[in-house]
Amino acid sequence: MLAAATSLVLGACAARTDTASGGDTAGTGNASAPDKPADAADPRGDGTAKCSGAAIAYAGTINGANAALGLNILYGVQLAVNQHNEANKDCQVELKQFDTEGTPDRATGVVPQVVNDSAILGVVGLPFSGESKATGDVFNQAGLVTITPSATNPELTTHGWKTFFRALGNDAVQGPAAAKFLTDNLKATKVCVIKDDSEYGTGLANAVVQALGDKASCQESVKTKQTDFAAVVGKVQSENPDAIFYAGYYQEAAPFAQQLFDKGVQAKFVAPDGVKDEEFVKGAGDAAPNSFFTCPCVPADAFTDFTNGYKQLANREPGTYSPEGYDAATILLKGIDKGITDRAGMLDFVRNYDGQGLTKRFKWDANGELTQTPVWSYKVDGGKIVKNVEIG
Amino acid sequence: MNHQVVTYLAEGVDWIRFDVDALLGQFWNNTIEGLSQGSIYALVALGYTLVYGVLRLINFAHSEVFVFGVFAAYFTFYGLGFRPGPTVTLGIGELILFLLLALIAAMAVSGATAVVLERVAYRPLRRRNAPSLVFLITAIGASFVMQQVLFIWRGGNAEQAIRLLRPEPVFTVFNTAVTNIQIITVLAALVLLVVADTFINRTRLGRGIRAVAQDPDTATLMGVNKERVIMITFLVGGLLAGAAALFYLMKIPQGASYQGGFLLGIKAFTAAVLGGIGNLRGALLGGLLLGVVENYGQSLFGGDWRDIVAFVLLIVILMFRPTGILGESLGKARV
Repeated sequence: MLAAATSLVLGACAARTDTASGGDTAGTGNASAPDKPADAADPRGDGTAKCSGAAIAYAGTINGANAALGLNILYGVQLAVNQHNEANKDCQVELKQFDTEGTPDRATGVVPQVVNDSAILGVVGLPFSGESKATGDVFNQAGLVTITPSATNPELTTHGWKTFFRALGNDAVQGPAAAKFLTDNLKATKVCVIKDDSEYGTGLANAVVQALGDKASCQESVKTKQTDFAAVVGKVQSENPDAIFYAGYYQEAAPFAQQLFDKGVQAKFVAPDGVKDEEFVKGAGDAAPNSFFTCPCVPADAFTDFTNGYKQLANREPGTYSPEGYDAATILLKGIDKGITDRAGMLDFVRNYDGQGLTKRFKWDANGELTQTPVWSYKVDGGKIVKNVEIG
Repeated sequence: MNHQVVTYLAEGVDWIRFDVDALLGQFWNNTIEGLSQGSIYALVALGYTLVYGVLRLINFAHSEVFVFGVFAAYFTFYGLGFRPGPTVTLGIGELILFLLLALIAAMAVSGATAVVLERVAYRPLRRRNAPSLVFLITAIGASFVMQQVLFIWRGGNAEQAIRLLRPEPVFTVFNTAVTNIQIITVLAALVLLVVADTFINRTRLGRGIRAVAQDPDTATLMGVNKERVIMITFLVGGLLAGAAALFYLMKIPQGASYQGGFLLGIKAFTAAVLGGIGNLRGALLGGLLLGVVENYGQSLFGGDWRDIVAFVLLIVILMFRPTGILGESLGKARV
């Protein structure tokens, strides 16, 4: 732990030459990536499962907008299914894929196909909040269980859908965690909270502002697709905050961070999971090394078996919600191995599930929210996004 | 852990504010930034204005002519061996050479795109005497086609930022730093505008453009080659958009995106109408005005009001001066 903290200090200093600080980064929390828990559910099981004609589905973006996010999840699911099928010769589970293109419009057309395929016992998806909101009731009426590995809008669990389960912390968890990271880890006492005009950005920004209290010294808003942030940058510059929290997506965050940097704003740039993407690092240029991210996702660095399998399958490193997708699929596979052959049985199984996964312990409350939701911070090092510390 | 769902309907958060302190405190920063952004609007606006003056056509695909220029400048940087990452330090000679190369490439590509667009999309319609509504929908269609071609080619993510020149303060005005990029942008826009204005008002070809703008049929009878004039009009508009593209990419290195021209195109068109469509000097005035007013609006009312302020200004000005601040002029007879 000490060694890890030291290397963090060095890393933070080396990344920027014109600031002296950076050593306070690892203030609290655990900085080493979690090892694979010894009792983590393994999709391979004991290799003696028997079943026939069972299938699970992935529904989410495959070719549409933000496809990278969807593919991260799909490959995680595919890996779990492959490992299961290799180990269990008498139980070959089929993975069916449905492309929602990430949009509510398209998803409402695709989800009925998923529901009408009676072989499908459970679904991993849908990745995005908007499409989840549009289709949750269809799944609910069909009694088909869905586990979303990435939709974080808190409101999704308030509709009374019995079939909706979330495999990560929502924005009501990420917001306070981000505030804690800003004040405890970065020791910021003045934070500018900037939001875009999306559902996600405004919701998260409000949660962060509430948690920060009077440390949120300035608030500004920007528009989706805006590229010239001169007026906001000027405002931030005059406020001279210790840190900036940007609630939005990487498309606007990259030019915004760069324009802040160009004006000489030294405040740390902190952004949520919607910005935590290599695209941000590539876009922000000189400003990238000054950036941190918060994310209710667990770093996969130490999950060697998972990472190797993933690389073999997808020919690249696991992405943001890959381990979460793997965990969600594993839970459904466990149900099938238990001999479940109908959707009601699967729903009951997931509702009462209590077991360790790669990323966390999976046990849901009555609304479909997890009872344990770790949030991690990440930073940019050597042009890549790497884990920083667990917040909490 | 607490899973109580927070209601995010922002209670107690002002939906509008009147932050006079921010407006005054940020006044010079907003003005200087606004002038450099406005110069880019003005250069793009010239293309709208010229084509409108001659053909009475709102060339909605002009925003894509601009975006093609942005990509041309980007790939010139790439072709010269620059890669995304930290900004490199270049000697002044090298820097000028590389920027000139990018300028030529962007102007060439945008100019060529505009001419091809005219040939493929508008000329066949003119031959068949299509009504103006058909031109309008063709312009919108062409805009979509060009945008989607870029999407299919390069995907939805913006190109990774490449930057040759870091904005460095050169001098300060009222405690506000003026950067090298801002100076280059504003000066170049002024120079190009003077060149374009001289071209239209002082040269033989310019006289042809004005003649066709005034009365196409009579101009043809007087021996002006109308098709050639139209082609040159598109070419000039494209060249200016190409120049704007390079300055835009220098200002916003993440700007090379398939949909990067949409909003900027609308703003530039607004600038053209604001100054008086068909009027070259009006385009400059409208562009600069729009650039600064947007920033004032953002400081005074908040970010959500940025675009609203710009368009309310347009409506108010058109109520009092329906032809824009300087009025239409390209087609007006001059002695």
